Amino acid sequence: MRSDKRPLILAFSPSDGEKESPLPRGKRVRVRGSRFSSESLILMIGLSLLAFLAVGCGRRETRVEYGDRHQILLKGNGGEPQELDPDIVTGVPEYHILMSLLEGLVSEDPHDLHPVPGVAESWDVSPDGKVYTFHLRRNAKWSNGDPVTAHDFLESYKRILTPSLGSEYSYMHFVVKNARAYNEGKIIDFNQVGYKALDDHTFQVTLENPTPYFLSLLLHHSWFPVHLPTIRKYGDPYQRGNKWTRPGRFVGNGPFVLTKWRVNDVIVVNKSPTYWDRDRVRLNEIRFYPIESADTEERAFRAGQLHITDTMALSKIDFYKTHYPDLLKIDPYLGTYFYRINVTKPPLTDKRIRRALALTIDRESIVKDVLRGGQLPALCFTPPGTAGYTCRTRLPEDVNEAKRLLAEAGYPDGKGLPPIELLYNTSEAHRIIAEAIQQMWKKNLGVEVRLVNEEWKVYLDAQRTLNYQVCRAAWIGDYVDPNSFLDMWVSGGGNNETGWSNPEYDRLIARAARTADPAQRLEVFQQAEAILLDELPIIPIYFYTHVYARRPEVKGWYPTILDNHPYKYVYLEPPAS
Amino acid sequence: MLRFIAKRFLETIPVLFVIATLTFFMVRLAPGGPFTAEKTIPPEIQKRIEAFYGLNKPLFQQYLDYMGNLLKGDLGPSFKYATWSVNELIWSAFPVSLELGCYGLALALLFGLTAGIIAALRPNTLSDHLPMSLAMIGICVPTFVLGPLLILVFGLALGWFNASGWDSARDRVLPAITLGAYYAAYIARLGRGGMLEILNQDFIRTAQAKGARSGRIIFKHALRGGLLPVVSFLGPATAGIITGSFVVETIFQVPGLGRFFVTAAFNRDYTMVLGTVLFYAVLIIVLNLVVDIVQVWLNPRLRFD
Repeated sequence: MRSDKRPLILAFSPSDGEKESPLPRGKRVRVRGSRFSSESLILMIGLSLLAFLAVGCGRRETRVEYGDRHQILLKGNGGEPQELDPDIVTGVPEYHILMSLLEGLVSEDPHDLHPVPGVAESWDVSPDGKVYTFHLRRNAKWSNGDPVTAHDFLESYKRILTPSLGSEYSYMHFVVKNARAYNEGKIIDFNQVGYKALDDHTFQVTLENPTPYFLSLLLHHSWFPVHLPTIRKYGDPYQRGNKWTRPGRFVGNGPFVLTKWRVNDVIVVNKSPTYWDRDRVRLNEIRFYPIESADTEERAFRAGQLHITDTMALSKIDFYKTHYPDLLKIDPYLGTYFYRINVTKPPLTDKRIRRALALTIDRESIVKDVLRGGQLPALCFTPPGTAGYTCRTRLPEDVNEAKRLLAEAGYPDGKGLPPIELLYNTSEAHRIIAEAIQQMWKKNLGVEVRLVNEEWKVYLDAQRTLNYQVCRAAWIGDYVDPNSFLDMWVSGGGNNETGWSNPEYDRLIARAARTADPAQRLEVFQQAEAILLDELPIIPIYFYTHVYARRPEVKGWYPTILDNHPYKYVYLEPPAS
Repeated sequence: MLRFIAKRFLETIPVLFVIATLTFFMVRLAPGGPFTAEKTIPPEIQKRIEAFYGLNKPLFQQYLDYMGNLLKGDLGPSFKYATWSVNELIWSAFPVSLELGCYGLALALLFGLTAGIIAALRPNTLSDHLPMSLAMIGICVPTFVLGPLLILVFGLALGWFNASGWDSARDRVLPAITLGAYYAAYIARLGRGGMLEILNQDFIRTAQAKGARSGRIIFKHALRGGLLPVVSFLGPATAGIITGSFVVETIFQVPGLGRFFVTAAFNRDYTMVLGTVLFYAVLIIVLNLVVDIVQVWLNPRLRFD
């Protein structure tokens, strides 16, 4: 890994300049009356080195201590955000910044993220569960002083659904009447879409079907309002490439305003003087550091430069468990790590073989010995307790049954079964897990596994084009509802990528969408997931946790399954000493 | 001399053209595209995004469009960082890399040359072996070991410096040392070799015989010739050092160009890959030209070529 500092030109060869000493040992180039003896030169180097280091002598106040005094939260935020336009972005780091700058109709409770009043101070739901009427508070303001009105929401939702914008998350709106048709260009008149500004402070949404998780959907950044007059100022609001999100231009309605954005360095937001609930906001400033390397981030944390890290390097977890157990945090996280199986490629077209593979994974050992971050073994696909839903069907871990199934499929003890290729993207953790599973399949079933490691985009491409046999995958819920985990497996679903299709499953997912009664709806999901776990186009492995470090002075920060933490409730309270 | 510079300048145009063309088509050969993500984008949305960036046109048409914009100095929008253009990203990151590179290079020259000269004065004694062993270590210890090690000692244990970041003057110290160490070591070895060769030549002996003081001999007579190998190394080295280093920038969280150069390829950010490659190419060509001129100036024998 020297390559980074090698000169980039190839014409140079290291031997060009360096010549072997032509002098015999001990013979000196005699210089008479030397003013520059080598001793004095060495002394000079030593002195300059000392002077160089002396610049930094002595312990200083750390940034965290400074932040504590001034209510400045310093947060590691993963990667550099691709953009800060809520209608364009797709990632978690972006969301974590945007939730400080913008506020939707509803906002999140800091403890469990249930929807609480945001810009809307109250709402009514029609008896059939299809019409939501939001009553907007009159004191909600944009950061330029304009009032936030129902028309702003109408315009914003029109923007995200406008086909030319090509918003990747426009599908979040598809629960709304005609939203999909408008987004796909099948209808041109936006008045036919189920959004209506009844007056400045009343906003009405009409849904296609009663959608019990509708209010949770509203927490997603695709439902944040944007200030159209500002966007128009900097270009076409319905095209990409608009540069309105720069500091000094960005107009938001959230508890903070954007003041600084230095790419790959820091994004700074300051408390907004116009936010309606500004009295509750206690932080004066949040600095988001886009630190991609978990090791760099951990060192910054230990040096007192961060209050909160985004993640924790796998190799540091044990160190923290021993030395700083009170700083290491392990929160539940709404995500599943699993393997996809390409069901179109023999021999894995045979569900008995897929089942045999699924039954022989010792998940307990993977989470305990490999990951060590409090993850839960996954014996089903939807994380337990997702909006009150816990799958009843469980995958057994049963080696004997697996052996029987494999023999029944015609491969007793794996004999005659060609090696199976297991694809994963380059990463230490994926490799270790893949190796562990390779061992388990080999030892218990006699199945040979060939590990294939590909760079991220190559891996994604192989997955998309079904150019794999078994591959590593992960899914993080967009919203807290089993639908976010189960509707992806319908026939031809964009994120299915296994070639699996089952008409009964499709029917059940469609039925769940139409079922208004919450209990009955969850029952339909139970049936659907039972089919999924019987057919096994996927092998669930573990449920994620969010492992990170947090300093004790950060208050109002609770474990939430989406790792969202509404900043208006967060404050810093250093220990009294 | 002017003719020489003009000739070299004209030579760069076809070189850049070839680099741009090769890079343009090579990045397209890699599987996946700028908009492949873990969550699949609905195909009609993908088509709209691609249309916006002109990726739906025939590849050769895209190439012509790109070259046309390139002539105007427009490197296009970044596909990954949608709000920034490639020009903006390069111009925000390059000054950082340049600054860090200058410190690194200054350190490298200061310590490298001093060590090289000291070593050459008394070859095969302790004052030769000590700096040369250090130089060997400098060449052998990789950045990703040296960087964290410095942070551990001076950042975490002693608390003199921040572990990462790019805010104050203090934040420049550790990355500059990490970046410069390898070059210092290399320069030390090259400098020693060059100096030894010169110090052994007749004109030095003549100077000594005539009773010139040692300082005068070293700095006036020997250094100029002894530095030639270092100077020819400095062209590519300067290019390498001021265009930023992915590893140093990642370890110290420095917002420089080196990271863009590497991550652009991972992101399949076509325009960003092309932009950084071309920028590097221009920089290397210019620096090599400067080195050639300096060499001619230092070495009269070259002036006739």
